[in-house]
Amino acid sequence: MSAAGLAPPLLGLALAPLLLGIVSRTKALFAGRRGAPLLQPYHDLARLLKKGAVYSPTTTWAFRATPVVTLAAGIAVLFVLPFGSLPALLAFDGDFLLFAALLAAARFFTIVGAFDTASSFPALGASREATFSALAEPALLLSVAVLTYLTGSLSLSTMLGAITGLEWRQAGPALVLVAAALFVVLLAECSRIPIDDPGTHLELTMIHEVMVLDHGGPDLAFVLYGSALKLWALAALVAGLLVPVRTGQVALDGLAFLGGMIGLAIVLGVVESTMARLRLHRVPQLLVGASAFAVLALLLALR
Amino acid sequence: MPLLLLALGVLATSGLAAVAAGRRAEWATRAGVSGAVLGSTLALVPVISVLASGSPIAFELPWSVPGGSFRIAIDPLSAWFLVPLLGLAAVTAIYGGVYLAAHRGERSLGPPWLFFNALVATMVLVVVARNAVLFLIAWECMAVASFFLVTFDHDREAVRKAGWIYLVASHLGTAFLLALFAVLGHAAGSLDFERMERIADLSPTLATVAFLLAVVGFGTKAGWVPFHVWLPEAHPAAPSHVSALLSGVMVKLGIYGVLRTLGLLAGSESAWWGWLLIGIGAVSGLYGILCALGQTDLKRMLAYSTVENTGLIAMGLGLSVVGGVTGHPWMARLAHAGALLHVLNHALLKGLLFLAAGAVLHATGTTDMERLGGVAKRMPWTAAAFLTASAAIAALPPLNGFVGELLILLGAYAGLAAHESWLAGLAVIAALGLIAGLVALAFTRAFGVVFLGEPRDASARCGADPPPAMRVVLVVLAGAIVVLGMALPWALSSPVLQSVLDLPVGQPDVAAVFARLGLAFAGFAVLLFAAALARRGLLAGRSVESGPTWGCGFLRPTPRMQYTASSFAEPVLSLFAPLVRMRRQIAAPQGPFPLSAALAERAVDPFLSVIYAVIFAALGRGLGWFRWLQQGRVQLYVLYIAVTLVALLVWATRVAP
Repeated sequence: MSAAGLAPPLLGLALAPLLLGIVSRTKALFAGRRGAPLLQPYHDLARLLKKGAVYSPTTTWAFRATPVVTLAAGIAVLFVLPFGSLPALLAFDGDFLLFAALLAAARFFTIVGAFDTASSFPALGASREATFSALAEPALLLSVAVLTYLTGSLSLSTMLGAITGLEWRQAGPALVLVAAALFVVLLAECSRIPIDDPGTHLELTMIHEVMVLDHGGPDLAFVLYGSALKLWALAALVAGLLVPVRTGQVALDGLAFLGGMIGLAIVLGVVESTMARLRLHRVPQLLVGASAFAVLALLLALR
Repeated sequence: MPLLLLALGVLATSGLAAVAAGRRAEWATRAGVSGAVLGSTLALVPVISVLASGSPIAFELPWSVPGGSFRIAIDPLSAWFLVPLLGLAAVTAIYGGVYLAAHRGERSLGPPWLFFNALVATMVLVVVARNAVLFLIAWECMAVASFFLVTFDHDREAVRKAGWIYLVASHLGTAFLLALFAVLGHAAGSLDFERMERIADLSPTLATVAFLLAVVGFGTKAGWVPFHVWLPEAHPAAPSHVSALLSGVMVKLGIYGVLRTLGLLAGSESAWWGWLLIGIGAVSGLYGILCALGQTDLKRMLAYSTVENTGLIAMGLGLSVVGGVTGHPWMARLAHAGALLHVLNHALLKGLLFLAAGAVLHATGTTDMERLGGVAKRMPWTAAAFLTASAAIAALPPLNGFVGELLILLGAYAGLAAHESWLAGLAVIAALGLIAGLVALAFTRAFGVVFLGEPRDASARCGADPPPAMRVVLVVLAGAIVVLGMALPWALSSPVLQSVLDLPVGQPDVAAVFARLGLAFAGFAVLLFAAALARRGLLAGRSVESGPTWGCGFLRPTPRMQYTASSFAEPVLSLFAPLVRMRRQIAAPQGPFPLSAALAERAVDPFLSVIYAVIFAALGRGLGWFRWLQQGRVQLYVLYIAVTLVALLVWATRVAP
């Protein structure tokens, strides 16, 4: 744990909202618009942080705890998250379970906050989000299980560090399937199309967005920033897997990883522009499919 | 050891004193509570010393029961189960003292305290017994004492029915245990556990038979599917402090029994035993949590969650058996330690959850989630306690529930990393992952519907936090969850816990893992604190107003329009429709101006309402032929016993002249 080890979390903190900017810029270009500036998410956060707040009289301390836990969990995840081939500050055997549990903590309190508004709409979103996350959880754990099997490692950092070009040549098909499974988990957890539509305007069709409708001001800023960090964290898993540049030179590896992250954000934008949202009844099939991909990957990797 | 015997004596005399106090409710309560607290505290002394030193202590009294010997001992395994048992017994007694006071006028409080203290004493005896006869007597007395506690509210028919199902299930389970000890005792030539441990050449068939008998007999107590049917009936029917003790500790004695049997059979295991336990565990876990999602009664939901948690422990045990047999000690020891840790964690969590649910029942008079809502405003302490336990049972960091599940999963991943027993590991990972997600769903639902939002019914509008004595218990248990969560990572590699948990040293380096985990927990706690401070700082001096919830265009929402517990769980239950059967009653709106419409859904447990109902109906018909034997006269029954004994004696002299 050195001062240089602090760089990956700090970069995550600084760059996470940029991913959202890239996604929406890509979507705008596809729609033939010029779109908002890339740094728009930062402006939004700054504006929200300057505001006051309005609370519904039905809410209690539980509602106010939601933004706090979302933000704290989002930041904490960055400390167990490797930056491409650079190990995380707090890498240990089983750190991916802490990773999953921190995301679960944020979700748990978002759902609790949704119940506190006493409105049906947030609870409706909460019910869907909780259901889909319960199905995404095994997909995440099974994907990591494949990586564990392939690399013999129990920590995200050494696991992703061991995914080299050679590994891709040896176990390419399995890694493609794992990347696909993790990508579906990313779509579900970060409420992107085709599972959820972050840009929709009808509360009934929302999943994640409707849960946080009643948050405003700094609370909303915390929630939005927390979501951006979650997107960064899950994207980092996929990018770390897909960009097997492991030269041993910190700068080169880091830049390659950053390129991968930007590329992934563009892919997200492309997916969102070219696909329609799935019907709600179809979403579980996609998520169970992700778990099936992971199991299939393990069977391919058996040696 | 004299302290343990003294503790048992204190429990017995205080129970009798409570009965003697009779209708003077204050005295009965005082005797019962002080006896339970004093007895538990006294018994904790030798338990702690065994844990600290790691060396067992044993004791023997002369006893003239045939085949029996009064051998008791505390080894680290017994001590590990005694810690939550005694701790929870003491705090539930304090809570129960206030809780039962509400029934002061209706009935004598003497017997409930006698049975409570007897339950504690017999549970202690079960864990320390080292002779099969002593064990079975304690086991039966425990079942009977808990039966009388479950049927405390025997004016209600549902409670009587629950008690009846419990009694039948409990006795059937014991029948298997009788067979188990007969088999092992015959092979060993003695009913002392010490001799059973050293059976020279136990044939594989015999070992398998013994293992299966133990799984059924002890699995009934642990509430493993399909032997779970009594659990969701009996636990909610009991007064809440008893529910806490039953769900928190008594079901764990089933786990203890399986562990003890595995210890007796050590060396004869085969891998499929582990697979069987993993299978039972995965089915219990998944089925338990799905049924929990189908319940609208808070205490019933908690009882089903207990089925899920004992399933989780079974998966850990199964993984450890598979790992042990296939020569993969890390996997075995990690999963074993995780299962043991979950025993402790779940005792704490489920104890607190039942006590908090009891506080809600105490205040509002109902545990029907669809009628509650907004309770947190009037009962902030209870709400905070329930939320803490819910977050911990959903395995959220930095609370204690996470650490146990982490160890079990780490065992599974360690197997995968070493390319051994990968299928068992994969099964555990998939099942645990799915179950963890569903647990989060179940407990956000329970907490959100009951404690948040607006009251759905007039009954939820009244009530307040419980009296100080009950509140202190809730706060102490919630504090224990947080403290244990933060401290466990550091404490796990200490010699005290190491003597029980026996964690592997080396690869994966558990001490290093837990040092990092402890750091991460502390860091997360600091981040939570910092984020809360930042939020407060940002809002200080700004306008913080109150305004109605955004109704999404609906102008006049009512509390009746809130999402209910049933609607929240519907999407996930419809996905698993073949597993959980929902009985739906619809009164559809009629005509152009409908006056009323209703929809009610209730989860039915096909194991109870279909499978066992059919089996027991057939049994009832078949055994109806023997009704004439049942005359209801004690003299006749004594005669039956005498005749049977004479017949057996004749047979014995013929066989072995």
